Amino acid sequence: MLHKKPLLLSGLEPLAITKDTNFVNIGERTNVTGSRKFLRLIENQQYDQALDIAREQVLGGAQIIDINMDEGMIDGVAAMTTFLNLIAAEPDIARVPVMIDSSKWEIIQAGLKVVQGKCVVNSISLKEGEENFIQQAQTLKKYGAAVIVMAFDEDGQADTLERRIQICERSYKVLVEKVHFPPEDIIFDPNIFPVATGMEEHRKNALDFFKATKWIRENLPHASVSGGVSNVSFSFRGNNTVREAMHASFLYHAIQHGMNMGIVNPTLLEVYDEVPKELMEYVEDVLLDRREDATERLLEYAETLVNASKGVKKVDDAWRNEDLKSRITHSLIKGIDAYIEEDTEEARLLAEKPIHVIEGPLMDGMNVVGDLFGEGKMFLPQVVKSARVMKKAVAYLQPFIEAEKTDSTQYAGKILMATVKGDVHDIGKNIVSVVLACNNYEIVDLGVMVPPEIIIQRALEEQVDVIGLSGLITPSLDEMVYLTKELDRQKIQIPVLIGGATTSKAHTAVKIAPHSKAPVIHVNDASRAVGVVSNLLQEDKKEAYTLKIREEYEVFKIKFLERTSAKSYVSLEEAQKNVFSIDWNSFDAKEPNQLGMHSIENQSLAELVPYIDWSPFFRSWDLHGKYPEILKDEVVGEQAQSLFQDAQQMLDQIVNEEWLTAKARFGIFPANAVGDDIEIYKTEARSEVSACWLTLRQQLKKRSGHPNHALADFVAPKASGKKDYVGAFCVTTGFGTDEKAKAFEAENDDYSSIMIKALADRLAEAFAEYLHERVRTHYWGYAAEEVFSKEELIGEQYKGIRPAPGYPACPDHLEKKTLWKLLDVEETIGVKLTESLAMWPASSVSGYYFAHPEAHYFGLGKIKLDQLISYSDRRGITLDEARKWLNPNLAE
Amino acid sequence: MSIQKDLEKRLLVLDGAMGTMIQNHQLEEADFRAKRFESHPCSLKGNNDLLSITQPEIIKGIHRAYLEAGADLVETNTFSSTSIGMADYQMEDLAYELNYESAKIAKEVTQEYISKTPLQKRYVAGSIGPTNKTASMSPDVNDPGFRAVTFDELVHAYREQVLGLIDGGADVLLVETIFDTLNAKAALFAIDSVKTEKQVDIPIMISGTITDASGRTLSGQTVEAFRISLSHLPILSIGFNCALGADQLLPYVKRLSNQSDAYISAHPNAGLPNAFGEYDQTPEEMQELIEEYLKQNVVNIIGGCCGTTPDHIRLIAEIAKKYKPRKRKAEENAS
Repeated sequence: MLHKKPLLLSGLEPLAITKDTNFVNIGERTNVTGSRKFLRLIENQQYDQALDIAREQVLGGAQIIDINMDEGMIDGVAAMTTFLNLIAAEPDIARVPVMIDSSKWEIIQAGLKVVQGKCVVNSISLKEGEENFIQQAQTLKKYGAAVIVMAFDEDGQADTLERRIQICERSYKVLVEKVHFPPEDIIFDPNIFPVATGMEEHRKNALDFFKATKWIRENLPHASVSGGVSNVSFSFRGNNTVREAMHASFLYHAIQHGMNMGIVNPTLLEVYDEVPKELMEYVEDVLLDRREDATERLLEYAETLVNASKGVKKVDDAWRNEDLKSRITHSLIKGIDAYIEEDTEEARLLAEKPIHVIEGPLMDGMNVVGDLFGEGKMFLPQVVKSARVMKKAVAYLQPFIEAEKTDSTQYAGKILMATVKGDVHDIGKNIVSVVLACNNYEIVDLGVMVPPEIIIQRALEEQVDVIGLSGLITPSLDEMVYLTKELDRQKIQIPVLIGGATTSKAHTAVKIAPHSKAPVIHVNDASRAVGVVSNLLQEDKKEAYTLKIREEYEVFKIKFLERTSAKSYVSLEEAQKNVFSIDWNSFDAKEPNQLGMHSIENQSLAELVPYIDWSPFFRSWDLHGKYPEILKDEVVGEQAQSLFQDAQQMLDQIVNEEWLTAKARFGIFPANAVGDDIEIYKTEARSEVSACWLTLRQQLKKRSGHPNHALADFVAPKASGKKDYVGAFCVTTGFGTDEKAKAFEAENDDYSSIMIKALADRLAEAFAEYLHERVRTHYWGYAAEEVFSKEELIGEQYKGIRPAPGYPACPDHLEKKTLWKLLDVEETIGVKLTESLAMWPASSVSGYYFAHPEAHYFGLGKIKLDQLISYSDRRGITLDEARKWLNPNLAE
Repeated sequence: MSIQKDLEKRLLVLDGAMGTMIQNHQLEEADFRAKRFESHPCSLKGNNDLLSITQPEIIKGIHRAYLEAGADLVETNTFSSTSIGMADYQMEDLAYELNYESAKIAKEVTQEYISKTPLQKRYVAGSIGPTNKTASMSPDVNDPGFRAVTFDELVHAYREQVLGLIDGGADVLLVETIFDTLNAKAALFAIDSVKTEKQVDIPIMISGTITDASGRTLSGQTVEAFRISLSHLPILSIGFNCALGADQLLPYVKRLSNQSDAYISAHPNAGLPNAFGEYDQTPEEMQELIEEYLKQNVVNIIGGCCGTTPDHIRLIAEIAKKYKPRKRKAEENAS
């Protein structure tokens, strides 16, 4: 054809199908007639998981997604409407056009009414006569949609070449001449039928399709041709090798004849050239009807085939032909470790000394990586992968370097990294270490829970240039203050970097930096670390930079103090008069179905996966944005996708190979509030107190009508005479993490080491979410009827809360000791508390359950001395000790 | 002469903001009500569209000010005149009348000017706003599948509006400030039905809104996807208005201009609002930015949206006279 007008479609983004466009893939799995899984999800109204199927297809390369809700047991109009509305809220799915697939006109119309883009309707035909056909086409024109026209008329489906041509031609004429339908918006489906069925009349099914396709493209201007490919191999169900070969060949020929779009299952498709020659010959004999006995021969051959697994994907390896330096740089940038040893060896043979390989091509490559990272063209997970390749190369060279006994490499500086005493969290620290190492700094990593004496001792022994301190829980802040004071006291002037989730510029400026004459800098972002360190270590910049930071922090501190001193507080007594009041008279707490303590020894990890909240996962890699939108983010989207893929792959292994063990210990107890405390009773008789939870009350002066919260407000007071209950839990998915992480580190694979920790953390949070749901609906059962999607769970839509000691509503870490005793946590599931009351293994979550529908999260904020005194009394500790634990929350 | 013929020859100028001009009159509740709605059960202050009925002279005065400044197209005071938009004022039943009266007074005023200078034709553009509800987005973040309005409800509401505008004498229909393409599809659906029923052929102008630097509509579509989604009916023009100033809007207008066979329109805001929500781009500043559109030859219809005044339109009209209109692809191929 001379000139085909493009077929233009749109979701959030356009799709133009021109004569030069490659074959357009239509996703087929969001179809209840074709996918049992999708049908089950729609029947059970599990739309969140149904959306995942749509998303996977788009991520997998589907350019249009076919949606079909034609099932007797489903309300098709409602299902189509709901599903398309939900897709509209998912930009990563809605970006592609949809194909509204139904044999029921009312479902098609329902779909057209909720799609903002230009979609495809699948399908209309002359089956019910011309009048009906015209009417439907006119309606489609008013909504603005392209259409698939089936080769079907009043006499039935076209099953010969002549019938196909005759019906398509007639349909086209009616549409273009009578309805004035844009010809480029017409897509014909000339029926793909099975071959090799043994029936004589099916012999030419494929061939007739090819010929009809060719005829349409040559004779019906601007029209497209589509079809459902897997039909053709119907008689070989169960023999995927033959099916894949047949699909490959069918597509090859159909495309040659002009089929420009189609529904193809990508997992059932082989690359045409990869099909063994012999098999291809038998298959094509059948498709092209080349021999009388073609079917018999293929059937015979098929039986001899074992269902061999699919061959590996072909990889583009043209870069292997470039020069050595380019190859090394390519490996580093792309994070490919397959060839690095071989290339390093080649470089070593050319170099005068092995050390020159590091200083030359390897560092050059890493500098490119560093530059790209600095320019925002590479992202953290990629850099960590690059570092993995670099480490492999260095490890390979190490024996040669030692054999030469030359001096070690010239590093840009030496940096000590440590997670402080009592804290076990090290993902952030490891990421910063890797990034610094990439930039040619030598890292001395002391690991986690490092006592201050050791940090100082090693810093002096190793003569480090900078000390990096990391911590996630609040007591770590005091450790950092202590360490800085110690350094200053011992007149050791090494700059200190402060990082970790709980740290802040405010805390560093106000509480740490003033204690030290050496610079103390808050660095909470791996990408900033390199800049800060290089400024600190360059002789010419050092002084000016240090001065600048000091001034900046001084100004920040003054402003911060001004702001905080402006806040006013009320006395504890006054705050206790302004509690969050619940009308207990009209509330009866649900009696728990299973009072007392419970353990889960070996929770299935697979069950936890759907509960994962992915957004924090990306955050831990310095990729900021909300999941799933982040996968489509203009800047970090591509990287987020690649990271996500790696994560999914490891997650599969974690689940299938049982890398981690998930355990939980939890209980539900009779309880009542007494003042700001919550008494836990041994039995329903409520005579014997088995534990007492101390809660802290907000003391910030509130506007009238705004209460001063304490968690005790959510539990019925003893004086009310009402029965109430509370719960407590500890979950862990951390057993096994350290071993795996160490194994990866031993292979110089920091990327995987960080990945396993990040995933274990996510699984622990998912476990907490999962268990909370089980408690609400089952063990306690106060919300037995609730039905929430996973997103709604993550968004905390449910009734009740599960605050955790050490977090804003109850920053008191000492409460964890109470929980551990109450639940026998260590004895039952082995999770321990460190001296700073961090949980070990790190991937653990503990907290309380409060069930009252009005219970909600809040932040304690600062408290005054009067509450500290009251608290130390109630806790039975000295005022000094109380001050130590609640320091970050004291208003001074 | 038809507007199509006129557009082949020259750039047409669309008027500026209505709301800004009404604010200058500092009207009170009683002014909005006038005699007829003295005892209406809810407050009417702020129902600007109602003024076409209760204070027609004020609205006519605003139309005159823009025609005086050199506008070729005046927009009817009907941006919110649908039963959906009027629900806030319990005036759903008034939708047809509002549109009819607004079109009628705009027509009267344009006729005045045509009779003064018969060689320069002027047109009434029936303004069809997006309504205050979205058909493809949920107002409740916790319930993404929910919709505050359905396609059928929108079609019904737009139908009344279109009937009123056509009966009142509108020369073209301007579906504008489209932030959700599905709403606009409903408007086109209604227009198409009315045109078929009444056997009238009234040209359609389409104008979308790019909300921010992401270059997408509020409902998430790119410029190209927006254009394709509304390509199923013959239209006079397609363009963008509101949300951005002339300089920020230009790249998106250019993209449309490169793709579309229709005429291209643009009526940007007078810059971006300042901290008080006011627009402080001067007529001179805006003229300079608009000249860039003309130099690059990417528009056929140019005007102003929020914050623009007759002074802005005067300078835009002045500069528009000096330039030739953009040629459509069809014309280019023919010449």
